[in-house]
Amino acid sequence: MRATYPAWQGKPGPGLRLAKAVALIVIVLLVLFPLWTVVATSLASPQDVIANGGWVVWPERFTLGAYTEILDGGVVTRALLVSGGVTVIGTALSLVCTVGLAYALSRPHVYGGRPMLLLILFTFLFPPGMIPLFLVVRTTGLFDSYAALVLPFLINVFNLIVLRGFFQSIPAELLEAARIDGAGELTMLWRIVLPLSKAVLAVVSLFYAVAYWNRFFEAIIYFNDQTKWPIGTVLRQYVTGGADLSGDSTVTSAPQSTQMAVVVLAVAPIVCIYPLLQRYFVKGVLTGAVKA
Amino acid sequence: MSAVETRRPSREVRRQTSHAQERGHRRRIRRDRVLLAVMAPGVLYFLVFHYGALFGNVLAFVDYVPFLGLADSAWAGLVNFEQMLGDPRFWNAVANTVVIAGLQLVFFFPAPLALALLLHSLVGTTVKRFVQSVVYLPHFLSWVIVVALFQHMLGGAGVVNGWMGEFGLGAIHVIGNPDAYKPLVVAQLIWKECGWATIIFLAALSQVDDQQYEAAALDGAGWWRRLWHVTLPGIRPVIVLLLILRLGEFLEVGFEQFFLQRQAVGPEAGEVLDTFVYFTGFANGEFGYAAAAGLFKGLIGVALVYTANRVAHRLGEQGVYRR
Repeated sequence: MRATYPAWQGKPGPGLRLAKAVALIVIVLLVLFPLWTVVATSLASPQDVIANGGWVVWPERFTLGAYTEILDGGVVTRALLVSGGVTVIGTALSLVCTVGLAYALSRPHVYGGRPMLLLILFTFLFPPGMIPLFLVVRTTGLFDSYAALVLPFLINVFNLIVLRGFFQSIPAELLEAARIDGAGELTMLWRIVLPLSKAVLAVVSLFYAVAYWNRFFEAIIYFNDQTKWPIGTVLRQYVTGGADLSGDSTVTSAPQSTQMAVVVLAVAPIVCIYPLLQRYFVKGVLTGAVKA
Repeated sequence: MSAVETRRPSREVRRQTSHAQERGHRRRIRRDRVLLAVMAPGVLYFLVFHYGALFGNVLAFVDYVPFLGLADSAWAGLVNFEQMLGDPRFWNAVANTVVIAGLQLVFFFPAPLALALLLHSLVGTTVKRFVQSVVYLPHFLSWVIVVALFQHMLGGAGVVNGWMGEFGLGAIHVIGNPDAYKPLVVAQLIWKECGWATIIFLAALSQVDDQQYEAAALDGAGWWRRLWHVTLPGIRPVIVLLLILRLGEFLEVGFEQFFLQRQAVGPEAGEVLDTFVYFTGFANGEFGYAAAAGLFKGLIGVALVYTANRVAHRLGEQGVYRR
């Protein structure tokens, strides 16, 4: 490393540097290696997987068989479509509602703003219990409806506070000037506030999207119809529960590589979006931590 | 003069002021109508799904029969709570929750601090960025995936046991083993969240004044003494705040993680309060009883968070809810 140490620190001894390097390599491997063997197992031929006792580190005979099998219109295909749809629509709805509420609450002296904020902060202290929320979902007729995966989680208080805090940090003079020029609240939101908030909006979208994509438990209690299950619920049923995935008897691939292919497909969208948004989210987390 | 001023306004005047206030309200609603429309969906969400659910806690006081609905179920008073206090399954869940929360506090809480110190001591930004990207990633994976990964690695036919076999060592029995369950769930939590939790420590570490390090180094302090006398005191407020927050959420050990693995080890080792609520409500159909247990946990949670914040303010640290 040609990195420069601060003048006062001096170069640490070789022993310490070695210890640090070893620690870092171990930590990185602890995170990446499990993911790697999952990908490798999903790509390996059934014979290899069986020969090796259920997993491989390096696929000798590379095959996409597991993927073609589960993406052939079966349970997993449908579940991926459900999760994708819920994620896209849910994130959009959540973003619109969170931005609206956060913006209104960020404006000084808005009618009812103060009591509303207190009501919202209270929900942080006392989140809805599982059984009462179940009762609400039942009463509002959301059973067996995809809306049950979206509406009960429409606004996350943490995201709301982050956004409101960011909106408040926008100089009031900017908005005042726009108002003098005759801009209404919506124009100010659209033309001034949102363009300045792209980074934080990206973070909040990521948080919402990941939450929707990963949601699995609610489908178990709210859906009687298993064909509506999102990918997380299917994963739970077939991978951690070990049920048959293909739905018919012509299983051509070792179940292990099929299961691992489902895991890969459930992780893939997150790993793909993650690097794009990574530079923003530290900022997002810290804004929230400071403001909350 | 003063007598006139202190006299109560006449009825006529009071009526006019209340009219004026009402007109004031109406005028403000009219003035803010766009903003109110923009916030309406969000407000509606909180009213229905948070305050509606808050009201739904009356379930705890009835003998709920799902197909009768809430209105026609018989009022039970505190019977559900009495049943709960005499139920060994409930106390088993409480005990497991407390033990797991304690283990999380001892092993999970310091882990991100240690990792943050390690990352902070790196001078090369490329390596640091890379390690950060890697360790933040598991935070975004769902518990289903994490549990699947752990099964794949540590399960009976998993990778680690394969290696053990190759080296002629005995197989380790971790997954589905009630005795290993509590360390396992804490290890899973560390794997998933340790990296993400470093963010706030790293931010605090970057705020520590370099001049203090310089002064300490001039006085001949080695890295250990600099850590002990400069770094840790410098980030003490953040550590204290996070610790208090964690204590406030002591009973929140997590739900999905335990829901997924409780069956494999059985309720005696694997039941926590949240899974107790789930299995009582959805598997046994005792909704009123389950709601009572949930409400009990919620109320203790509020008390804990409130106390934690009071303590934080008293210690001169900032709590979550600024007054």
